[in-house]
Amino acid sequence: MSEKSPKPSPRLPAEPTESDHHTMTKADIVENVYERVGGFSKKEAADIVEVVFDTIKETLERGEKIKISGFGNFVVRDKNSRVGRNPQTGQEITISARRVLTFKPSQVLKNVLNG
Amino acid sequence: MTKSDLIELVSNRLHLPKGKAESIVNCIFDSMEESLRKGERIEIRGFGSFEIRHYKSYEGRNPRTGDPVEVQPKRLPFFKVGKDLKERVNDGDGTDKPAPKPATATG
Repeated sequence: MSEKSPKPSPRLPAEPTESDHHTMTKADIVENVYERVGGFSKKEAADIVEVVFDTIKETLERGEKIKISGFGNFVVRDKNSRVGRNPQTGQEITISARRVLTFKPSQVLKNVLNG
Repeated sequence: MTKSDLIELVSNRLHLPKGKAESIVNCIFDSMEESLRKGERIEIRGFGSFEIRHYKSYEGRNPRTGDPVEVQPKRLPFFKVGKDLKERVNDGDGTDKPAPKPATATG
């Protein structure tokens, strides 16, 4: 299936771009919540951030979309089955019907990135 | 579900005042926005990753009039769902019962 593309060596970034400087992770978000919101220990801030993402994930798992104003919408879409091809062998295969998650950035976020 | 619904749920789950839950949820998305603005990648384990993709300018059309318009180069965020969430969304179907994995017969 589509995710079968060969992985490049982890040591060599596939496409060096400006975004290679730093990758934000959950730890960075926890740090921000800890510093900017305050009132919690770091451990508490970590648990809180975990609960927020768990809540989002559970909602999406139920097939419900999430609209974050100013950021974007996470939408669960139903895809019909279709005929695809194994890109390596050219052999026809049926890609089963599935549910996928897509993200549509808000106009506000798009403007921020291009301002 | 909107951001206010999310705030409400988080507030109930963590027994936090609504205002506090709101600051937390806002801080999370503000942090992500700041990161994307700097051109950084975001990787949230178990959720997915965001990266900025650069698009060149191209000649588009005004869908109403059909007139050709020059579309300026732009940067857009691209979200790639994480493996775990991808499977959960696909198997979810509103029930807790995970769909059986299709057997992959390899020699």
